[in-house]
Amino acid sequence: MARTPADLVRADPDPPFEITFDGRTVTALPGQSVAAALWAAGILAWRTTRHGGRPRGAFCGIGQCYDCLATVNGEPNRRACLVPARPGDAITTQEGHGRAGLAV
Amino acid sequence: MSNSSSDVIVVGAGVVGAACAYYAARAGLAVTVVDRGPVAGGTTGAGEGNLLVSDKEPGPELELALLSTRLWSDLADELPARIEYEAKGGLVVASDASGLAALRKLAAAQAGAGVTAEEVPADRLRDLEPHLAPGLGGGFRYPQDAQVQPALAAAHLLRASGARVRTGEEVTAVLTGANGRVRGVRTAAGELRAPFVVNAAGTWGGEVARLAGGHLPVLPRRGFVLVTEPLPRVVRHKVYAADYVADVASGSAALQTSAVVEGTPAGPVLIGASRERVGFDRALSAEVLRRLAAQATALFPVLAGVRVLRTYAGFRPYLPDHLPAIGPDPRVPGLLHACGHEGAGIGLAPATGLAVARQMTGGQPPLDLGPFSPGRFAPAD
Repeated sequence: MARTPADLVRADPDPPFEITFDGRTVTALPGQSVAAALWAAGILAWRTTRHGGRPRGAFCGIGQCYDCLATVNGEPNRRACLVPARPGDAITTQEGHGRAGLAV
Repeated sequence: MSNSSSDVIVVGAGVVGAACAYYAARAGLAVTVVDRGPVAGGTTGAGEGNLLVSDKEPGPELELALLSTRLWSDLADELPARIEYEAKGGLVVASDASGLAALRKLAAAQAGAGVTAEEVPADRLRDLEPHLAPGLGGGFRYPQDAQVQPALAAAHLLRASGARVRTGEEVTAVLTGANGRVRGVRTAAGELRAPFVVNAAGTWGGEVARLAGGHLPVLPRRGFVLVTEPLPRVVRHKVYAADYVADVASGSAALQTSAVVEGTPAGPVLIGASRERVGFDRALSAEVLRRLAAQATALFPVLAGVRVLRTYAGFRPYLPDHLPAIGPDPRVPGLLHACGHEGAGIGLAPATGLAVARQMTGGQPPLDLGPFSPGRFAPAD
C-alpha cells in the first residue's frame, strides 16, 4: 500500500477543502502548497513555455527554479511550490508569460 | 608570439570597438581587437540599446547620430536578426502644455538638421501607446529612433568584421617607437604590433589614453536599468518623458532620473534612465530604483502590476562637453580615440567606427570631425 508523507509523520490534518484547477475541483489539505495539492490530484503540468508551448510543472519544489509558475486567482507567475493552497483558490494553466491580456 | 602583427589594434570589444573593427576591416585593414574582459563586458553590456536622434539638440552629436542611424539600418540588413534591431520609433511625452511647447521648439530646430518629428496631440497619444496614462500633455513621435540589443549587436558586428579577437587580455602598455609613433601594445600575453591603436575602451578610455602618454578626461556617470518579467508587447515605441532631454544635456553631478520605457523582442520591458556621478561605485541604490519605477508607472500605470526581475547598472563614459572623442591623439601619432559617448555609444558607434577607419586610411571623413577632436582636451603647455 502506498504511503504518503502525511502517513509517515502520522499527520492529523484539519479537514480538507476545495480549490479548482482550470475549473475542475481539486481537494487540498491545510498547509499544502498549490503544487502539492495538484500533484496529489495527479496533475503534473500547469504552465506552457513561452516558446514552443511545452508543458511545465514542479521541478525543484523549493522555490528556486521558477518552473512551477502558475496563475493563481488571476495573478500569473506565482510559484506553485511556495504558495499555500487556500479554500476556493482558482488555479489556471499559465500560457507562456501569462500576460497575454496586456498585449497591444 | 606568432601572428601578432596587424594594421590596427582596437582596445575594447564593446560596440564602438566592434564598429571600428568592422569599418577598418572593410577598408582593407587587418584588425586585432583586444579587451581585458569579454565582448560587451564593460560599457556596452550595461547599456539599453538606444539609437536615438530625438534626444539631441542640433549640433555635432546630432549629425553623428543621424549618420549612425542610417548606418545601423544598413547593418541591420547584414547582421543576423538576433541583434534585435527594431526601427520602432521614439515617442517623447510631455506632462503638460508647457512641456509640449518645449518639445515643439526642439522638434522645429531638429527639423532643420534632418530629423523627422510628428506632433501627437494629447488625445491621440493612446492611439500610439494604449497603456499610456491619461492626462498627459501630448508628445512627439520620432520615426528615426530605433533600438538594438547592445551586447548581441556588438558581438555580431565584431564577428562580421572578421577581426582577430583577444578577450581576457588586458593592455598594460602602449608601445611607441623612437619617433614617438605608436607601434603596438603590450598585454599579459606579450606584444601585439600595429602602426595604429584605437582607444575604444569606453568608460575606461581615460586610462588607455594615459597608458599611451595622452590625455582624455573620460569620467563615469552611473546609470541603472530595471528589467521586468517577460511580457507581450505592451509598449510599442521607445517612450520617454520630456525631462530626459534636459538630463542628457546636464552637467550636474546630482542624481537625475527620467523615465525611458521600451519593450524588447525577448519580452522584458526595460526601464531607465538614471544618471549620477559617483565614480566607479557599483553599489545598488534603492532610491534610484524606486524613482525609476515610480516614473515608469506614472507613464504606464499597467507596469505597477508587473514584477521587476532584476536591475543592472553601468557607467556611461562622459567628457566635460558631452561630446565623444573621435580621432587622432594630438600628442601620440598613430593613437586614435573612439570613446566618451556617454549614454549614446550604442547609437553613435557606426559613424564613429566609419570615421576612425577613414582617418586611418586617409579617406574622406563622413562628417565634420572637428568638434570631436581629442585635441580639445590637450593641456595647455
